[in-house]
Amino acid sequence: MSRYILKEATLPDGVVSDILIGDLRIETIASNLTDANAEVISAKGCIVLPGLVDLHTHLREPGREDSETVLSGSMAAAKGGYVAVSAMANTSPVADTAGVVEQVFRLGQEAGLVDVFPIGAVTQGLEGVALSEMGAMADSKAHVRVFSDDGHCVFDPLVMRRALEYVKKFDGVIAQHAQDPRLTSGSQMNEGEISSKLGLKGWPAVAEEAIIARDVLLAEHVQSRLHICHVTTAGGVEIIRWAKARGIKVTAEVTPHHLLLTDESATSYDPVFKVNPPLRTESDVLALRAGLADGTIDIVATDHAPHPVEAKECEWQEAAFGMLGLETALAIVNKTMVQTGLMNWEAVADRMSVSPARIGGYADHGQSVAAGAYANLTVINPTKISRVDRDLVASRSRNTPFHGIELPGVVEATFFKGKLTYRSAIGGENK
Amino acid sequence: MKHLLSINDLTKVEAISILDTAEKLARVSDGPMKKLPTLRGRTIVNLFAEDSTRTRISFEAAAKRLSADVINFSAKGSSVSKGESLKDTAQTLQAMGADAVIIRHGASGAAQRLAELEWMSGSVINAGDGTHEHPSQALLDAFTIRKHLSKGASDLTGLRIAIVGDVLHSRVARSNVLLLTKLGAHVTLVSPPTLLPVGVQSWPVAVSYDFDSILESADVVMMLRIQLERMSDLFFPNAREYSRYFGLTKDRLASLKPGAIVMHPGPMNRGLEITADAADSARSVIVEQVTNGVSVRMAILYMLLAGAAEEIAI
Repeated sequence: MSRYILKEATLPDGVVSDILIGDLRIETIASNLTDANAEVISAKGCIVLPGLVDLHTHLREPGREDSETVLSGSMAAAKGGYVAVSAMANTSPVADTAGVVEQVFRLGQEAGLVDVFPIGAVTQGLEGVALSEMGAMADSKAHVRVFSDDGHCVFDPLVMRRALEYVKKFDGVIAQHAQDPRLTSGSQMNEGEISSKLGLKGWPAVAEEAIIARDVLLAEHVQSRLHICHVTTAGGVEIIRWAKARGIKVTAEVTPHHLLLTDESATSYDPVFKVNPPLRTESDVLALRAGLADGTIDIVATDHAPHPVEAKECEWQEAAFGMLGLETALAIVNKTMVQTGLMNWEAVADRMSVSPARIGGYADHGQSVAAGAYANLTVINPTKISRVDRDLVASRSRNTPFHGIELPGVVEATFFKGKLTYRSAIGGENK
Repeated sequence: MKHLLSINDLTKVEAISILDTAEKLARVSDGPMKKLPTLRGRTIVNLFAEDSTRTRISFEAAAKRLSADVINFSAKGSSVSKGESLKDTAQTLQAMGADAVIIRHGASGAAQRLAELEWMSGSVINAGDGTHEHPSQALLDAFTIRKHLSKGASDLTGLRIAIVGDVLHSRVARSNVLLLTKLGAHVTLVSPPTLLPVGVQSWPVAVSYDFDSILESADVVMMLRIQLERMSDLFFPNAREYSRYFGLTKDRLASLKPGAIVMHPGPMNRGLEITADAADSARSVIVEQVTNGVSVRMAILYMLLAGAAEEIAI
């Protein structure tokens, strides 16, 4: 088994120390460590975070292996500093049975680069009508605890109520894609000044906020756990803040792209900026950052959504929704939250590792960087600048909206249960 | 300037220059020899992915009067989901050596995508993209207004123009708002609240829900086509109620001030947004808009393809 010493690593709390990584676990954290059998990696100037956990990932397998597979998605995840991802249910076939979630789980194990935790569909075929066999998925080898019809809103309030109630049996959580379908039929982008000028059909903020408001009240009524996927609006943040103050068991996520980009991007009509929910306004971006900083929004989740070239190289209204996220997430959080002074690295560790692991029930993840913990670690050089290049991504698709821009923060290495799953090209070889 | 995708591509000076050029070219059209040799040997493609006989034949006539070779390419239903992609179409046109492509497309931004993606090297002229813009229509409208009401001025300063109807879905309205305000006019949008875009507050216009309140002050009343399928999308209760509040009826026509003109980009729904009395009245310049359309489109092709250096020989 390989052993590693990370020299002069900066822990999330700012303490500088060496870290000895043994088989599976962190063996020792102390200064001036030596071990004849360990490979020494300089982590000088680098922050070592508990390995990142993504609660919202589209791996496309089974069904759309042309855009991503569990393996290629796992490689992109490792490159982005992730040690666990949550595979969304909107595959083909839909992950609404124990068979499909076990297949995805097994593919993740075979890839061996990250833990792949399947998310089960709330309703059969994501159709919003009949509950899927959530119990069977929970009891399967995939041990599913997070259920979502992501891409579709669970719109029928009775279906949503029953789903919230039902998952209490195994401490599950319903992750809602909050989008009133009637208010967003044919929608292309945020409804506002920009859409009015571009002549693209608007996706109003109220269509998200109305569902969040309804669902936090349902969660309160049935005393269950609700998670709100990709919050994008200032109003949504306000409602969640209110709900938490009231003691409602609601958690929420924000994507890196909604922390950085606005609907101004659509003026290019380049569908690489087309995403659902859409990019919003500057004031929404600022509200999301504030919400993430104060903990109203619990986590960052990527909504990594690979698409083949032809799904984006076309007219805006014909293009698919979604953008890549895994490989750029940490740098964007660094840029938007750390460098702006809104969060320190302990908070980053919480929002990108500890809290997503807690919400998903991933017990092996989100452990603090301490001796005896699983050696799930992300090493980031926060000051190194890199230019995003869509031709160099690990993902099988190249629909990153950040192509050509410089981002601060380079993942130098990722350890998954003691195994070096990624190492940056500079200062070592890609593994 | 290489492309005409949006009125935003034009400065005020450039816009006025197109109108001035169109005026000169109109004299050619009125003369016995209608053709100019300016674009001889150039290939212009009419790429119409959406039905529009009027705009297509207007551009075709304009190109032919400048002696260009015109190819009509009907790519109806062009889209990833329905068949050939915009990219493949563009590369086909490039391979055929098109010097300019006039594109009408149902998707907002299609013309801009075509121009910016380097799939082809020719000029792109937006002949209407989704619910975004229709710049040549706005230019011909401005030309028509200037001819009737500017009293010799080169722009439209001080004129009060009402654009009435379905602003939300109208590319004609978007281009006209940009151009008419650029030329100094005061624009008021008159529409039921449901047919105004959220975000219209950021436009350089006034908004009214009350057609009658602006009749006496308007120099120009520009009616927009209402599509009946909007009723099923709950934008208004029914056609009769729409006509009652937003139709240009005989009574409203009578309330207009002396000299005010009535416009419509066509095709009209007679009896819905405009009555026959109004459409056929002496105030109506609707047929003239069509005539002016050819001159203005000649001027656009001239500006983009012939370049400023070539003087118009008349």
